[in-house]
Amino acid sequence: MEHSAGDAVGTAPGPVLDAAGIRRTMQRLAHEIVERNGGVEHLVLVGVQRRGVTIAERLAGFIEEFEGASVPTGRLDVTLHRDDLASRGLRSSPQPSDLPDIEDQHLVLVDDVLFTGRTVRAALDSLNDFGRPHLVRLAVLIDRGHRELPIRADIVGKNIPTMRTDQVQVLLEEDDGRDAVVVIPGGDRS
Amino acid sequence: MTTETTGTRQTGVSDAPEPVAAPESPQGTSASWEHDHVLDLDDFTTEEILTVLDLTDRMQEVLERRIARVPALRGHTVVNLFYEPSTRTRASFELAGKVLGADVISLSVATSAVQKGESLIDTVRTLRAMGADSIVIRHASSGAPYLAARHTNASIVNAGDGAHAHPTQALLDLYTMRSHFGDLTGKRVAMIGDISHSRVARSDLWGLTALGADVVVCGPPTLLPIGLDASQRPEHAQQALPPVQIETDIDRAIEGAHVVMALRLQSERQQGGLLPSLHEYALHYQVTAERLARAQPDHLLMHPGPKNEGIEIARDVAAGQHSIIEQQVTNGVAVRMALLSLLALGADGTGAATGEGGAA
Repeated sequence: MEHSAGDAVGTAPGPVLDAAGIRRTMQRLAHEIVERNGGVEHLVLVGVQRRGVTIAERLAGFIEEFEGASVPTGRLDVTLHRDDLASRGLRSSPQPSDLPDIEDQHLVLVDDVLFTGRTVRAALDSLNDFGRPHLVRLAVLIDRGHRELPIRADIVGKNIPTMRTDQVQVLLEEDDGRDAVVVIPGGDRS
Repeated sequence: MTTETTGTRQTGVSDAPEPVAAPESPQGTSASWEHDHVLDLDDFTTEEILTVLDLTDRMQEVLERRIARVPALRGHTVVNLFYEPSTRTRASFELAGKVLGADVISLSVATSAVQKGESLIDTVRTLRAMGADSIVIRHASSGAPYLAARHTNASIVNAGDGAHAHPTQALLDLYTMRSHFGDLTGKRVAMIGDISHSRVARSDLWGLTALGADVVVCGPPTLLPIGLDASQRPEHAQQALPPVQIETDIDRAIEGAHVVMALRLQSERQQGGLLPSLHEYALHYQVTAERLARAQPDHLLMHPGPKNEGIEIARDVAAGQHSIIEQQVTNGVAVRMALLSLLALGADGTGAATGEGGAA
């Protein structure tokens, strides 16, 4: 249950996950990914820009710790495949896509927050341009609900009930200077 | 003829909303874009130029994919309206539009059949009425794209107007240089040849100056534009061109240069009485291996094409190890993808009706 999103307006809510929580969650994700895959063979982790990339790299680090095998990782920039491009604009993306060979691999798509599902749809479309993986699984750190497309995650770090207007922020050491997941209660903006 | 600033969007474009952590691009970062048209680089801020170059990096990655096609401009129509012959620019725009999923139509108009002015306006309006979102214009008359931009709400892209401007070529030149040097601040760029009639040189000059490069132009006095030297310009024309070093001696121009750019010499210039003979021009102004020995050891040799080997550039150096002429052509597609998508979509979603902005 934790912090339900509807806390009083104006009070800064505590993190839904703190640094230790994020570490434990990611370790479990890493175990689950390997378990689902029946080992590390053919496994490729592809993060969706920007924080999905950081998470994918950390997961690969944990997998290497547990299994003693290194798993190739990549990053995917899905901007040009988004269906809301006209309203979002191009924005600046940190880096272009950079993928290892995904042909016939067991690809795990990694993102920080699963929300409407539109990013994942764009990511799946975009992957087609790079090759045909044997299968694609979706791993997310946070599932906050409110899907607009028939998409679900195979491996979820934490489910967080939210209002549609809330903002869920995943902050990571590498990108933001600290590890935390926070829910910012939304006002009237969406 | 003069540059009239058309096409400034009134919406306040701010930084991309992603929090913290700067991308690691060599110069600048935040997305900035306020243009409805791309007419010349004289009204581009440094940030806007960098926005285009950063986006070009992403487009380059798309071009390297096994299937180089993304749906970003699906439903958009790009029309190439070329009143002058062109191979690379036109093919480059066509490819750029197609890779982005736009519908691309290319029209060639024989110059003789077209009355300047009104009929250009009519053509542009007709194309807009048929649903063209972007119209790419090449025209022999300086300023023609500006005229078109005043009479349509389609986005006009200047693909070369007379001897005035060629902003997309300049941006691909900047992109090519930046991908080798990272930062152009303090880099010495020598442009050699027919400066007077070169729209490439003029647009490059704006762009290079904005990015902090030191530009030296060199050519025979008859091919250097009047008023190039700011000290000889009247007060009102001080902003007409950025400051530039002027040389008539090619060896002095190339001395210490990081980039040497040879410009195309049109053979008509000889008939026009500006040159005694092509042979004599080649003797004094051809970019040769011997002359390039004075440049920086890791210098780049560029040419906007099409080149006259044996006249402004020696054959061996055009195909030599410092030549990045083919890279310029390759980069042209990605730069034009960046421009077409910025015009259609904006940097932050000012392009079309509002929708949901939530991440997922």
